[in-house]
Amino acid sequence: MKRFDAIKAIVQKAEDKDSLLICNIGYPSRELHDLKDRSANFYMLGSMGLSSSIGLGVALSVPDRYVIAIDGDGSVLMNMGSLATIAHQQAENYLLVVIDNGAYGSTGDQLTATALGTDLAIVAKGAGIDEVHNTFSEEEFRDKLKNVDRGVIVVHVDAGNSKVPVIHLTPEEIIERFMSECARPSMSS
Amino acid sequence: MDASEAVFNGIKMTGVDFVVSVPCINLKEIFPMIDDDPTMIHIPVTREEEGVGICAGAYMGGRTPAMLMQNSGLGNSINALASLNNLFHIPLLLIMSHRGCEGETICAQYPMGQMTPSLLDTLDIPYVVPTIDTVEDAIHYAWRIAIEKKRPVAVLLEIGFWEAE
Repeated sequence: MKRFDAIKAIVQKAEDKDSLLICNIGYPSRELHDLKDRSANFYMLGSMGLSSSIGLGVALSVPDRYVIAIDGDGSVLMNMGSLATIAHQQAENYLLVVIDNGAYGSTGDQLTATALGTDLAIVAKGAGIDEVHNTFSEEEFRDKLKNVDRGVIVVHVDAGNSKVPVIHLTPEEIIERFMSECARPSMSS
Repeated sequence: MDASEAVFNGIKMTGVDFVVSVPCINLKEIFPMIDDDPTMIHIPVTREEEGVGICAGAYMGGRTPAMLMQNSGLGNSINALASLNNLFHIPLLLIMSHRGCEGETICAQYPMGQMTPSLLDTLDIPYVVPTIDTVEDAIHYAWRIAIEKKRPVAVLLEIGFWEAE
């Protein structure tokens, strides 16, 4: 399984739950955009490390909507304190998915600490998040996505990017349509 | 009036309903006031950059966010302020205890303290430096500018601010 496959599974859940979806900088956003561009997708473009934080801020501010943040191992390593903050806010409408490919995928696949043994699921547990799942196959990941709506799911994938185009939306277009999505009620039952 | 109460009143009057914070000794009286106010969510964060991200999410979700911080945390936030707030035009109210200015007793506060105004200028972040008598209006004004210009605005609370009471 590659990151692209994991994002495909996440998009399906986001569609089912009429979810606001915050996505990490670089290839993850490009892959998401290619798979399914939605007004409710926030493509981060910059500020590496902050996907989980932006997602938490949205989830706490729009409690009637469901929120998923897509993050990566390199990015979580950069903003690990976010896991402690998420743990203590206990947002029931917020799921953080960490796609761990053991590499800085957008900058040439340099190894991250997770390739050397750092276990982000244990880190998340240790930060105080009670619901943490570590998944190693597509089947396992899809199963957890189906049954878990809060906390953290770590999914281990092989490094490698898909051949997808850059995002042509301007930052203004991305935020304007995303904020309109935040302002409307959930269509999910 | 008490300096901390004046800052809190300014935040309250401005309609801030979402506060993230990293502590400074000069802000310590304000945190319990925020915790006691049912209209405000208070989220202590581990690092200011994280707070910038959470506040950006809160703004997109319709909230009026503020970050209470020490100016040392400005250094921890610069990439996020530039490549998130400035890029996407996201307003943010930075209520900043300004250490390392006149009256400072800790030498380690000076390097960031002296640089703070020029860093804010470089980031194109407007700032106000109120006294106890002007702080309520200054906070209100700062948020108005943040909304109008769609960018972060800072309220710098210097050491003298707290000593004036």
